[in-house]
Amino acid sequence: MTEEVKPPKREKIPRQKMPEQEPKVRARNFQEVPFGLSPELAQKEAERCIQCKDPRCKQGCPVEIDVPRFIKEIKEGDFEAAIRTLWEMNALPAICGRVCPQEIQCEGLCVIGKKEEPVAIGNLERFAADYQRLHGRDILPPKADPTGKKVAVVGAGPAGLTVAGDLILKGHEVTVFEALHAPGGVLLYGIPEFRLPKEIVAHECHYLERLGVKILVNQVVGRTDTVDELFEQGFDAVFLAVGAGLPVFLNVPGENLIGIYSANEYLTRANLMKAYAFPEYDTPLVKGKNVATFGAGNVSMDSARTALRMGADHSYIIYRRSEAEMPARAAEIHHAHEEGVEFMLLSAPTRFLGDEEGRVKAVECLRMELGEPDASGRRRPVPLEGSEFIVDIDLAVISIGAGANPLLTKTTPGLALNKWGYIIADPKTGKTMKPKVWAGGDIVTGSATVILAMGAGRLSANSIHDFLTMGW
Amino acid sequence: MFEIVERQEMAQGTVVSNWVKAPKIAKKAKPGQFVILRANEKGERIPLTMADTDPAKGLINIIYQVVGKSTALFKTLKVGDGYLDVIGPLGQPTHLDKVGKVVCVGGGTGVAVVHPITRGLKQVGNQVFAVIGARNKDLLILEDQMRAASHELMVCTDDGSYGHHGFVTDMLKKVLTEHQDIALAVCIGPVPMMKFCCKMTKEFGVKTLVSLNPIMVDGTGMCGCCRVTVGGKRKFACVDGPEFDGHETDFEELTARLKGYLDLEKVSYDEFKAAHGSGKCSCCS
Repeated sequence: MTEEVKPPKREKIPRQKMPEQEPKVRARNFQEVPFGLSPELAQKEAERCIQCKDPRCKQGCPVEIDVPRFIKEIKEGDFEAAIRTLWEMNALPAICGRVCPQEIQCEGLCVIGKKEEPVAIGNLERFAADYQRLHGRDILPPKADPTGKKVAVVGAGPAGLTVAGDLILKGHEVTVFEALHAPGGVLLYGIPEFRLPKEIVAHECHYLERLGVKILVNQVVGRTDTVDELFEQGFDAVFLAVGAGLPVFLNVPGENLIGIYSANEYLTRANLMKAYAFPEYDTPLVKGKNVATFGAGNVSMDSARTALRMGADHSYIIYRRSEAEMPARAAEIHHAHEEGVEFMLLSAPTRFLGDEEGRVKAVECLRMELGEPDASGRRRPVPLEGSEFIVDIDLAVISIGAGANPLLTKTTPGLALNKWGYIIADPKTGKTMKPKVWAGGDIVTGSATVILAMGAGRLSANSIHDFLTMGW
Repeated sequence: MFEIVERQEMAQGTVVSNWVKAPKIAKKAKPGQFVILRANEKGERIPLTMADTDPAKGLINIIYQVVGKSTALFKTLKVGDGYLDVIGPLGQPTHLDKVGKVVCVGGGTGVAVVHPITRGLKQVGNQVFAVIGARNKDLLILEDQMRAASHELMVCTDDGSYGHHGFVTDMLKKVLTEHQDIALAVCIGPVPMMKFCCKMTKEFGVKTLVSLNPIMVDGTGMCGCCRVTVGGKRKFACVDGPEFDGHETDFEELTARLKGYLDLEKVSYDEFKAAHGSGKCSCCS
């Protein structure tokens, strides 16, 4: 009788920590928080992956990256193979490795994560992309033969860039129309330098240009050209990915005082216009000593952390619910805590107070308690009568979400919009009600994440490719 | 790059006119619309209402007053140089309807903005009275153009060095008094001027358009920096405007918000003036 040989027990390797800047130090500079993994750390982390036959991590990825394969390639030290694997499904790995909510996607489904910490898939993706950017050979993925079809992509954010990357590889001609003076969309104007260095965004866009994508900046489609004019110019299909670029305000008295910004404005000045480097860069930004950010999403954390780096003594997050309901990623909240952001929870602003010059000097808030769950499933905040209190501030950032910017949709007849002004598109294909027009990203779903926009881009790219090769 | 093909200094060098190559924008632009310009990689995004266009040649005309670092930097750009970015046409065009008798008032650099609107209102068949003003004769711009664009032009200077000695509101009052059937006033210039013009036209019950110039960043309705209160409602000048009903506009709030960066603007401008001409600035190297 032969004795059954048991496979050798896997040596337990703890999840490799990515070195990062000390909280006290980084809270005062705009350099990226984590330094990234070294090849040694990355290979060690890659060893933790058990190469599941039916990998759940892949199912958790909106763009279906072959996660076990690229991790195996890192483990074997073949970093070029790893980037090629990533590029098959994702044109923007350096960005996704940094800003995807892996804990609810790939890493959230990782089998290792059932008993210990999941494999650091995001950090490994980031490593492979960074290694290629800094040390890799000048390589590109293979492209299909030219089809002679032309696609216009409106908006150079995550959804638009994904469509551009997918369709250029399938042999179509792709032109991206960007309204701002540089491509990247929210990756550029919204997410701060310390979370996503702009050099990396530029590098990923340049990668697409090397593949043959034409990126035209300063093109406000709806004004400079309309969608119908793009068809007249010979485009065979149009993908709309203009984002949810409409600021939402609190609608409380005093909101137009000087020193009160929408998060869009605050972050655009700081990131796109590099106001943190004023006066070397020309765009100014009020440097608050006591800053209040209203809202508790990822954008709110970005704003509050930016305020610290701009020199604030106190950077408050004022939020009407409790920590449990905060929509931001746990990692972002953790970073904000570490850096000294102060959380004023269960507090809602009722009005802003100004000085004689019209500058904000304080905000009046009401204390709240949590009542029954509302339509969102979260417990509804109920104001406590007579609980008003005043917080002295000299800068406020309103970060309670974004709406649908009507500039494009109003000038594009034939689109169907929902009651909030977002474009109605088939969730499986991205097809809109207007022939030959697809849409995806925040202008369809409302504010969501980079990777969900990219996932929508992927579906639309597939549908556009089917149309260009087989018909509508 | 968006090349400057023609350049002219006006008002003793305090105002500069550029004709800029921007064929797509020139083809599309209508009176009342604006562009956003950026001189270089480190530059601010500056909104300027187009003073004129030449679609056949693919040119747009911008006229700006030098008031700070960014416009001083613009002034260093010569023919053959260009702007790194020009975005547009942005904003809502003026409704150029035939309403009968209209009066168009321009003050300072506002004359450049009111000029194409004046011409447009005349072209659609209105009888157009125009009033322009400046602090003194040397600072007056576009007199000949405004004379051609209107049926009757009145010129004012604050110091009496040319034309009527006094403010544009004096002449506005005269026109409104002599012509009780004026159906529309368009008043564009410094905020105090627009405010006082609106006060007057309100007394006469004449509908009045103003063109607002709040601070902007993106110009496409994304940031909310240019919010103004009109009729008690929040409006974005970049997408809802820049023209609004002057009788409904909260000028006090606009005035305050325009001063939001005065201290920082001074830092930037002082640094520019110190470096400029000393060989340290990018424009001299």
